[in-house]
Amino acid sequence: MQLYSRRILTNRIGIALSMVAMAFGLAALMWILWTLFYNGFNALSWDFFTQDTPAPGSEGGGLRNAIVGSLMIIGVTTLVSTPIGILAGIYLAEYGTTSKFAAITRFVTDIMLSAPSIVVGLFVYALMVATLGGFSGWAGSVALSLIAIPVVVRTTENMLLLVPPALREAAFAVGAPRWQVSLKVTLRAVKAGVVTGILLAIARVMGETAPLLFTALNNQFYSTDMTQPMGNLPVVIFQFAMSPYDNWVSLAWGGALLIALIVLAINIIARVMFRNKVSA
Amino acid sequence: MSTSQTTADGEAILSIRDLNFYYGAFRGLTNVSLDIAKSRVTAFIGPSGCGKSTLLRTFNRMYDLYPGQRAEGQINFHGNNLLDKKQDVNLVRAKIGMVFQKPTPFPMTIYENIAFGVRLYEKMNKSEMDERVEWALRKAAIWEETKNKLQQSGLSLSGGQQQRLCIARTIAVKPEIVLLDEPTSALDPISTAKIEELINELKDEYTIAIVTHNMQQAARISDFTAFMYLGELIEFGNTDKLFVKPTQKQTEDYITGRFG
Repeated sequence: MQLYSRRILTNRIGIALSMVAMAFGLAALMWILWTLFYNGFNALSWDFFTQDTPAPGSEGGGLRNAIVGSLMIIGVTTLVSTPIGILAGIYLAEYGTTSKFAAITRFVTDIMLSAPSIVVGLFVYALMVATLGGFSGWAGSVALSLIAIPVVVRTTENMLLLVPPALREAAFAVGAPRWQVSLKVTLRAVKAGVVTGILLAIARVMGETAPLLFTALNNQFYSTDMTQPMGNLPVVIFQFAMSPYDNWVSLAWGGALLIALIVLAINIIARVMFRNKVSA
Repeated sequence: MSTSQTTADGEAILSIRDLNFYYGAFRGLTNVSLDIAKSRVTAFIGPSGCGKSTLLRTFNRMYDLYPGQRAEGQINFHGNNLLDKKQDVNLVRAKIGMVFQKPTPFPMTIYENIAFGVRLYEKMNKSEMDERVEWALRKAAIWEETKNKLQQSGLSLSGGQQQRLCIARTIAVKPEIVLLDEPTSALDPISTAKIEELINELKDEYTIAIVTHNMQQAARISDFTAFMYLGELIEFGNTDKLFVKPTQKQTEDYITGRFG
């Protein structure tokens, strides 16, 4: 009986400790979200979405140029990294299961996944900005693509590896060549999982600041010209939050809240889709 | 080996000679020789791991997908050795179709499940394709159940229906031989009966090779039966004769349930 009560006690201590740890983690997260809402919610007005970033000292203003810039840079990033990432993922899972080249690709992809984003920013700065004569939206998209591609590659590969071998064999058994088996059968079977990977990659680059500092820089005016420096949310937040102007600081909070909400929404969508990741 | 008979009566569509198969260093088949008779059902029986599925998978070069697996010897099909390196494997697979143990509908509509394979080797317009899809589904005795939901996912069907869809998909390509690898072991008795009935109807036009764990099934549906054990062909002959009067002790032990 004594042994039993000691076990109950150990169990309770265990549960209590893990509850405290969980509360600690959750509290920090809630605190961040609450601070974001508290400071940022009032900034989210009609002007926030329709006016451009204000000049120093002027009243009001919004983040229209930064929001549009971010959407364009991330839009191009998605268009570039989705096909490259998916095709590379197919290569790794369907073609290169045993090849040395695939093993190296896999290894490099893993390094890229954990590479500090500032390194990627510097690389693109040296590659494009310094040589092609200036900061540009394109350079920003290239930097973000380098961060997004490995995420898409690995999720695509991992999803394809979940496809039951029988399904792959069945597709070969009707006489289909490998590329048709990959694109029309196995990739289709894990469509939801692959889309989830793309969404997570977008969420990942949404808040990246360092790569954009070196590449897209910023633009206080509304511009849709990708060859010029471009306004974007992370860099605007970075500059405005540390400024002495109250309206700038408030806009920075609003921008931060906007990014957090978008990332949250993307994650929720990804989670819902992930529930049926393999449909075969 | 003590094979009682390598040549079946009638015309052989596949003749296998001195076939050896290796999983890396392990030899999975040893000197297998037999003929698969045209427009007949040939069943392969034997305990788990005896090599019957391995043998079936050499007929359409399915083992090619896995590095480290290789076959030596001859499998003659219309005068060509299927094991030849120069052989176009995709073409072989279109001529020698296969249905698997678990139903494996493709993640697409019922219609597309059928059309996918057809489109690979034949160019046809929409109405010809519609006809082919209906023809294949009718052949596989699943038309009545699917004609009103051709645009629904193949995954929405029951297990037994999915398996008949897989058979429809296989014959839609108009192969000469259909390989069935334990096609009913994941199905309930009613679905199993339907598939067996189907095999009976298909055998006039197609040559069928079936691997089964179920000896009654082999006895019911096949014309010839091959008994395999430890990678070797022990006995091969007319199904009636093999089940009633086996010539080999091992065959007798197996079919009377003394081992396996």
